[in-house]
Parts: sequence; structure tokens; C-alpha cells
Amino acid sequence: MISGRGRAIGLSLAAPLLFLAFWHLSTAGQPFSLIPPPLEVGRQLWDLTFGGVWDDLYSATLLEHALASVGRVYGGFLLAAALALPLGMLIGRVALVRSLLDPTLQLLRPIPVTAWLPLAMIVFGIGPRSAFFLVFLGAFYPILVNTVFGVRSVEGRLFEAAAMLGVSPSAVFWKVVLPAALPSIFTGLRLGLGFAWVVIVVGEMTGVQTGLGAIIMEARQLSRTEIVISGMVVIGLLGFLSDALVQALGRRLLRWSPQHG
Amino acid sequence: MADGMMTQAALNILDISGVTKCFSFNGEPILALEGANLAVRKGEFVCLIGPSGCGKSTLLRMIAGFETPSEGRLSMWGAPVSGPGPDRGMVFQDYGLFPWLSVARNVGFGPAARGRPRAEVEATIKRFVDMVGLTRFADAYPHQLSGGMKQRVAIARVLANEAEVVLMDEPFGALDAMTRENLQRELLEIWERTRLTVLFVTHAIEEAILLADRIVVMSPGPGRIVADELVSLPRPRDPTDPEFNALRRRFSALLGSHH
Repeated sequence: MISGRGRAIGLSLAAPLLFLAFWHLSTAGQPFSLIPPPLEVGRQLWDLTFGGVWDDLYSATLLEHALASVGRVYGGFLLAAALALPLGMLIGRVALVRSLLDPTLQLLRPIPVTAWLPLAMIVFGIGPRSAFFLVFLGAFYPILVNTVFGVRSVEGRLFEAAAMLGVSPSAVFWKVVLPAALPSIFTGLRLGLGFAWVVIVVGEMTGVQTGLGAIIMEARQLSRTEIVISGMVVIGLLGFLSDALVQALGRRLLRWSPQHG
Repeated sequence: MADGMMTQAALNILDISGVTKCFSFNGEPILALEGANLAVRKGEFVCLIGPSGCGKSTLLRMIAGFETPSEGRLSMWGAPVSGPGPDRGMVFQDYGLFPWLSVARNVGFGPAARGRPRAEVEATIKRFVDMVGLTRFADAYPHQLSGGMKQRVAIARVLANEAEVVLMDEPFGALDAMTRENLQRELLEIWERTRLTVLFVTHAIEEAILLADRIVVMSPGPGRIVADELVSLPRPRDPTDPEFNALRRRFSALLGSHH
């Protein structure tokens, strides 16, 4: 008998394997295929990671590019969290701050992150700082919006319960609001980090020298489609791992929540 | 000292005089409670019964300090009630437990929040978690508990906080009949052991007769107290007893005549 976990893994692998087979059958052996077959992409990925196959400009450079992207993603994300978390709590809890800032932030929110790119390039110049800024912006709003929602939607009953148990008004924020808002805040962080991975690629496509976005864009100009796809695969994997990490953290911190535990 | 004890003995734990509560609903004033007078002695188990809209929950919430009276005076041991406080513990129908805290931490929440020493908090938790029979579930989170267990936690949390008055707002209203009977019995056992003062809101006549020393009957439109009677049946009370039935008829009539 296969265990439940083994069965789950087996089932989750079915679709990717089927897709790989389809990809292979429709591209392998074709003289004029725009898409290289999976094995060729695999070979390229190996060369990107360890070198020794082509020994060209790209061999064994993956770590450098991946680290550059990861650094920007987490840097921008942490900066966004450092700003959006306190700001969201203030907007959610202090009416004055809400009236002061919320309309402006709501007005700026519909502007897509990508629409900020040209302006970012004008202000920060062509280079990694624009990418960093975009990541920051992309992660900022999901964290902010969910933090505001979290601290605003604390069940009124919990304030009454805390008050009748003798919690002083000044302690209510730490004892009630923050823990009650944690699931929402956490959702915001997770969405923000996911968004950071989306935006990093766009940010790095604008004349940055290193980064996964940079190499896939550069490889396209050189018609190295295997590198383009390899880069995509790595971005996907890193995004997946980073989300799994956040989820594991969430399961630990939010064991009490029926949605997370 | 002797003087202080004299006054304590003479004072009622709760004094409610001429309390009126007016709400505004869509700009229209609504009289939720009018001219309520009630004096509760220490250790009494008082049930407030009445149909919805009679102001029984409003009165309870004013005693808890969640609402302020529009008129009248409300005091505990002679001192005016000016807001919620740990001396008056509330048990809500919807539990109001902190979902991020385990059963033990929920029970210890009040003492911990009020800065009691750690060892004392732990001892208090153990004592009251044991008292409500949840020892095996001390580390469980509220979402893992049944309704009856959640309400046991809510009761333990108030007891652990050294509340002198326990305010219960239809605490067993959302539970199934069997769980309700168990909790009623357990509540009486705890009350007999601790001799707390209990104010218990319900709309179930039988529940009131089963539990109370004294039943305060309220009627709606506007909410007011229409009867205040002692229940002198010996405990444990048996709902199939003819005397119990007679009381049921009597309170039924009291409730019906004011509709």
C-alpha cells in the first residue's frame, strides 16, 4: 500500500510529467522548432548551474544570477514589510492616520507596478535600483491592505472579553489586535512575497547586468531559447521554495488558526 | 476593620436603581430598559428571564460596564460601575475565547494580563482547568473544542480571574440539550463550591427554575422588570417534580400576562 503522503506526491507529479512528455514528443527531432526539447533545456540548465557542457559566457553563472535576484526580492520585500506593517496597523487603528493617508494610498494603488517602471528608470537610473524599487512597490500594497484589513476586522467580542478580564486599553493592541490580525497579516506577507517574484523579472529586464530576469531577456536577444526556459524554470522553483518556506513558518505561528494550522 | 465588615455585610454586592437605557436606532430613540431596580446580595444566583427585547441583556451589559445607563445608578459594593473590570466576569453566548491561545492560556489570560506572578498563574490555570474537567484538553486550541467545552473554558477563565460576580448572557443557548443539562449541573456544583454571585440571563423558564435562588421577570416594549420572586425549591431540583411544574406555570403566566 502507498501511504497517503506518497499518493499525494504521486498525484501532484502526474500533470508535470504528462506535460513534459507532451513537450518532448512535440519538439524532439523536429528540425525547425521554436521551442527546444526538454532534454536540451535540461542540459542547458546543468551547464548554467555547474558548467562543463558548453563552457561559454553563461556556464556556471546561475548561482550569481539567482543570488542577485533573491537578494533584490528579499531586500525589496523586507523593506516593504518594514514600512507596510506599521503603516497598516496605524491606518487600521488610528482614525486620524486613516483619514490622512488612506485616500492617497487608495488612489495610488490602481497604478500597476509595471507602469511605475519608466518613472523608476528616470529617477533611479537603469540598473538594479529600479528593480529593487519595483519589488518594494509590488510587495508593499498586498502587505498594507491585508494588515489594515486584519487589524480592522478583529471581532468586537474579543475587546469586550479582554476588557472584562482586566486588560488595560493600552495593552489591547498587543494582547488582542495583533494576534487576532496575524492570519491576515500573514496572508499579506505571502501575497507580497509572491508578487515580489513576479515583479523582479520585469525589473531586471531593463538593462540590469545580473539577475534571472536579466539573463532570460539577454538570452532571448541571442536566440538562446534553452537559457530563456532554464531561467523560467529556476524562477519558478525559487518562487515555489520561498512560498513553501513562508507557509511552513505560517503553520508554526498560526497553529491555532483553523485556516492555517 | 470591624466597621468595614459591618458596611460590607449591610451592602448589596450589586445595586441597580432607576436604570434606564435609551438607544438610538436610525435616529429614532428606542427605550431598551426603563426604571430598573434590583439589589443583589453576595452569593445569590439570580436569573433574568424574559422574551427578546425585554432589556435583560442590556441590563447585564450595563452591569458588566460595556454600556452606560442613560439614567439611574448602578453600583457594586456601593461604588459606581464606570466600565468593565475583572471583578465582574462575563460569559458570552458565543464564548469570546481568544482563538490564538490554548485552553490553558485562555484560562490564565486574566491573571497574566493583570501581572500575577508566573507560578501563581500556572497554579490558577491548573486549578480551574481541572475544575471544569478539561485537564486533557489544556493544550488544545478553541477551534478544536465542542461548544460545550468552549463554554467550560469561558467559565473557567472568569473564575480564574477572581471575578466576584459572574454575568452569564444566555450561556447555554447555543448548545444541544444534553450538553446544556451537563453544564447546568456543573455550573451549580461550581456555584455551590465557590458561592459566587451569579446573574444569569435566559429566555428558558425551566432553566431559570432549575438554577436560580431568585428569578427576575422582564417584559418588552419598553423593557422593564415586572416580577422578582424567590425560588425556594430544595436542590437538586427535579423538573418532573409537581412543585417544579407549578412554578413553571406561575412564571409562564407572569411572562405571558405582560406580552
